[in-house]
Amino acid sequence: MSAFFEQLTFYLGHDFVKYALIVGVLIALCSSLIGVTLVLKRFSFIGDGLSHVAFGAMAVAAIAGLTNEMLLVLPVTVISAILLLTGGNKRKIKGDAAIAMISVGALAIGYLLMNIFSTSSNLSGDVCSTLFGSTSILTLSKFEVALCILLSFAVVLIFILFYNKIFAVTFDESFAKATGTNVSGYNLLIAVTIAVIIVLAMNLVGSLLISALVIFPALSAMRVFKNFRSVTICSAVFSVVCAVTGIMISILAGTPVGSTIVAVDIVGFALFSAIGFIRR
Amino acid sequence: MALISCKNLSVGYDKAAVLSGLDFEVNQGDYLCIVGENGSGKTTLMKTVLGLQPPLDGEIKYSDGLNKNEIGYLPQQTVVQRDFPASVFEIVLSGNLSHNSLKPFYTKAQKQAAAESLGKLGITELSKRCYRELSGGQQQRVLLARALCATQKLILLDEPVSGLDPKVTAEMYSIIQELNSQGIAVIMISHDINAALKYSSHILHIGDRVFFGTKQEYLKSSLADGFISSVGGEKV
Repeated sequence: MSAFFEQLTFYLGHDFVKYALIVGVLIALCSSLIGVTLVLKRFSFIGDGLSHVAFGAMAVAAIAGLTNEMLLVLPVTVISAILLLTGGNKRKIKGDAAIAMISVGALAIGYLLMNIFSTSSNLSGDVCSTLFGSTSILTLSKFEVALCILLSFAVVLIFILFYNKIFAVTFDESFAKATGTNVSGYNLLIAVTIAVIIVLAMNLVGSLLISALVIFPALSAMRVFKNFRSVTICSAVFSVVCAVTGIMISILAGTPVGSTIVAVDIVGFALFSAIGFIRR
Repeated sequence: MALISCKNLSVGYDKAAVLSGLDFEVNQGDYLCIVGENGSGKTTLMKTVLGLQPPLDGEIKYSDGLNKNEIGYLPQQTVVQRDFPASVFEIVLSGNLSHNSLKPFYTKAQKQAAAESLGKLGITELSKRCYRELSGGQQQRVLLARALCATQKLILLDEPVSGLDPKVTAEMYSIIQELNSQGIAVIMISHDINAALKYSSHILHIGDRVFFGTKQEYLKSSLADGFISSVGGEKV
């Protein structure tokens, strides 16, 4: 046991481990906050859809030779999020179908472009690391960490300031609108926030596993708690604990970071389901 | 002066009018029931009056200092709400939202108002309960309490008793009547013609032919004869 802790302290002495932990905790926190709303609004899959869009955009950025991929990836993802989440019931192609369409479309185009134009000798390695996150979380630069802290801070601040509005808009959009709340404005805000979180989270777990960060904490919290505030707080704590545990395990056991975190999330969900079942 | 007056109003989706040429008004203290066959456009009309969708033609005027954020609304329940983890108090409190567009949090006075409207509907003891675990009647009371937080003037109800058993239905109607007698104008969509005739002061009948007037006028009209018997109602 003491050897275990020795190893842990040894790793924690390194900057890259500290960075990974900071970024992991922040992303887990942000995604779980917005996740409650998305799950309740029946948009659980939007994380998946948007992350594939981000993957497509990243492929285009890589081919175009952009030095800072974020400049292209972020705006494209934000615009897609706005298209998907706003516009409500008026659109011809709705909710799940729209997400599925954009999701697989962007994935296919991204892979196609990478295949045709790639200059890299290890194409499948590149694709795999974008999809599953691989080690990129352990190779973060100081700038990326700072950016992540800044954006996460903004997301948390927005969530706290607009908490009551987000609740009202999620629970009953037509009531909120009928009584004079600017529903489309808040939907836009939620859309932009989720897009920012997705782009941040791609570093952590990769585009295929982002949905897990969004839905597992929310669903687990809903097994046990019965009011919105407790669900939100529990979901945030759950997500952070799982992320830290996941990162620790992956460092010690040498497993891939993203999928380890998701595995811990699944165990947590099973645990909370059991608690919810016993308490009923 | 009327709270709401509609002139030559046409409502519908995508340029196809479901109803056109509607003229009616609602004054303070009125109890207006909107009746008509299924698919005649009752909910569409209510959504248009609430500003959830634009009118195709004509105009809707809010007056007597009635602001958009002084209207209460009891919508039909959505799928999302059935498994929503929220306490009763959280939901009722959210009725206050439209009154503070810039402030991020609720004031003490607003929490007080939420507690009062829970009291008015006799559900104070449910305050901490989870919404999804309540019975249909209790859920409707919660949503009505929320609507009361939003308004002291006008409340719109879209089939407030659908899916409730007869006893709870009667309770719901008497609560609505009580609110109306306190001076809140009510606009209610109803499938229950007997209740409409029992409680309302005015009737808006929509369909192929349109009628708007007081209940007494409606009972005398030829339109009422055919409709009331066709839906199994009785003239009182």
